[in-house]
Amino acid sequence: MFEKALVGSKKYYALVFFLASLFLIGLICFIYQMKVGLGITGMSRDVSWGFYIAQFTYLVGIAASGVMVVLPYYLHNYKEYARLVIFGEFMAIAAVIMCILFILVDIGQTHRVMNVALHPTPNSVMFYDMIVLCGYLMLNIICGWTALSAMYKGTKYPKWVKPFIYLSIPWAFSIHTVTAFLYAGMPDRHLWLTAVMAPRFLASAFCSGPALLLILLYIVKTFTKFDPGEKAIKALAKTITYALIANLFLFGCELFTAFYSGIPAHQHSLIYLFAGLEGHNKLVPWMWTAYACMVIAAILLVIPQVRNNLQLLPFLCLLVVIGTWIDKGMGLVIGGFIPNPLHEITEYMPTLPEVMISVGIWALGFLIVTVLYKMVISVMESRRLI
Amino acid sequence: MHDAGKVIPGIIIFVVFVTLPFWWNVGKAVPKVEVELPKEYTSCVEDKSFMIREHMKLLDNWRNEVVRNGYGVYVNSKGQTFHMKFQEGCMKCHSSKERFCDRCHNFVAVKPYCWNCHISPEEKKGWATKKSNVETFSKQPASHH
Amino acid sequence: MGNKKIKRRNFLKAAGFASLAGAWAAATAGFLSGQRVKAQAVKPTPNSLVAGRWALVIDTRICAEHPECRDCIEACHKWHNVPRFPDKQHEIKWIWKTHFHNAFPYQSHEYDNEDVKKREVIVLCNHCEHPPCVRVCPTQATFKREDGIVMMDMHRCIGCRFCMGACPYGARSFNWLDPRPYIKEPNMAYPTRMKGVVEKCIFCFDKLHEGKLPVCVRACKYGALTFGDLADPHSKVNELLRKHFNIRRKVNLGTGPSVFYII
Repeated sequence: MFEKALVGSKKYYALVFFLASLFLIGLICFIYQMKVGLGITGMSRDVSWGFYIAQFTYLVGIAASGVMVVLPYYLHNYKEYARLVIFGEFMAIAAVIMCILFILVDIGQTHRVMNVALHPTPNSVMFYDMIVLCGYLMLNIICGWTALSAMYKGTKYPKWVKPFIYLSIPWAFSIHTVTAFLYAGMPDRHLWLTAVMAPRFLASAFCSGPALLLILLYIVKTFTKFDPGEKAIKALAKTITYALIANLFLFGCELFTAFYSGIPAHQHSLIYLFAGLEGHNKLVPWMWTAYACMVIAAILLVIPQVRNNLQLLPFLCLLVVIGTWIDKGMGLVIGGFIPNPLHEITEYMPTLPEVMISVGIWALGFLIVTVLYKMVISVMESRRLI
Repeated sequence: MHDAGKVIPGIIIFVVFVTLPFWWNVGKAVPKVEVELPKEYTSCVEDKSFMIREHMKLLDNWRNEVVRNGYGVYVNSKGQTFHMKFQEGCMKCHSSKERFCDRCHNFVAVKPYCWNCHISPEEKKGWATKKSNVETFSKQPASHH
Repeated sequence: MGNKKIKRRNFLKAAGFASLAGAWAAATAGFLSGQRVKAQAVKPTPNSLVAGRWALVIDTRICAEHPECRDCIEACHKWHNVPRFPDKQHEIKWIWKTHFHNAFPYQSHEYDNEDVKKREVIVLCNHCEHPPCVRVCPTQATFKREDGIVMMDMHRCIGCRFCMGACPYGARSFNWLDPRPYIKEPNMAYPTRMKGVVEKCIFCFDKLHEGKLPVCVRACKYGALTFGDLADPHSKVNELLRKHFNIRRKVNLGTGPSVFYII
């Protein structure tokens, strides 16, 4: 089947070449980071996790969101998603690989990473994170690949895959729950020390993931004969709407707890993010942009005429992706470190090499998506499914 | 077999290529690695053959016993005791990293990263004279927000 | 097609058996030649100091009398080869001085007495009874010893910095760059660190092995630092704690710090 990825149009080759070159630039920056150390990033003693871990967190959500098409199709037999499932699973594969790479570029002693497996430590959430991420990658490779092989051969997927598919559903929830627990279990980081951390993570994942999937499907639709189908798109738009509202609602819960209780420790990070603290306000414009995007998208998505307007929908999805990305991929992780445990403020902004390494990993993710989606489309074409 | 004319030469080329290091060195004398041993001592913490074969495991064991288990003294197979120290122990007798450790490690192309943290006898001599272009800066002020 | 498949399966089976046999042969050969690590004995260093739970009592009143004094900090950082980075973002510190309201946020307030308000206190790793850093470390590179010292195994640290997020005292530093060029006068008797690992105060466990008190305690010429066994009711630290009003940092978090401040 892989041969399908090797032949394509000029545009396909151009895209592959473009993404591969971005990845190579990132790789060069990473080699520089390996030589000099993580000091080339904007991270500091006070803000000890930055852009990398934030991207990781966001992408775990993207990976988990594959379940939003898998679940209705396999558990509720929602036939409209039949042709979407494989796209969801393949997006999850790319996202998990990106997650693993973002962890690898973030740790200080990269070649010692296997210590996590050599000295298994069940009291560390990171130990479980390793297990659930690798497991989820395997599950999606198994489920996605067998589904594609079945399509290639013109048969139904083999029976033995069923248990793996069912397992992948709770597993998807678990990966983002465990990722939330990385944060929610730290004492005295009040932005994270909240019981709604995991639900909030899931809510933001289940709006941003399907939104990104819809954007990708629109792109696929523009360049190929594939059409996800109006019904499927509208159903997915409903999922995005509900999850986005849940995400905003949970954020509102955070605001209530922090400001109605009046406890200063609970408020400081939030004040820093949205108003600035003691003259430090680098993230303020970002956070307002994020919430403006999400609120506008939520209001528009709630209106049926707007949500069902298939020309407008991809732009609303873009708002959702941008909003959730800033919220989770910048604000949440960095805001948790400000102020620091001694109540001092050190701000953070990623440096150019740091951004380029991240862009490189994103490019690799898109490259994986491109190649996998190309295979799916070619198989569908050869089977005259589209 | 299909394409036997291509497959068999392919296998032959592959085998020759993989075994090239052996053909290359056939008939040549094996270079001898000579490490400089301390003159004033005749024995190490264990006998020579054990040390040659197992020193890395011994050192790994030592660091775990000291750092993780809180022990400080090693009792060797003859019952003698030694302080489990590397920089201030092993390297006191083996007073040159370059003429002892490196000679063998370089030959077998291994690069243990002991020296990223532990200060080698050579560095002890060289550090003071090393020009550091590091900004000098006075007492750090107490942190303030 | 089908025929080919069976052949492939047989081939894979044969390959599997071959590798199993190979592994077995290698293991047996190793066993027969006696190339195993002999079980050697280790024992504690004679006259090493031992305790049920090590603790440090800091008399901030004495420190307040000598506001310029930084002896403990300098002695510690010099002995342990702690680098000095010009850039605050890469700063590494094991023990340092900070304002009372930084050391005890949400505990100080605007009506504190003038003396306490401007008092600077020494902060360092608290060697917690229930250390969050140990809980989160994925490799046990940081762990709690039986005598209460929260240790760092720099040989094992992967530099994930989870511990830095978990520590509610900001006691941990990461080597963002190679620290060596930033150590001006190295102590040749102590190792440095390398880039990519986390470090912090380790209560001079190695000094205790040698029967000596921690470097900071010995450096203090005013006797503001007292180091001793919290588990021993007759120890000097317990005597001080019984006699004087003292506080610990952020007790509400349940970490159980072993560093006490006499106010």
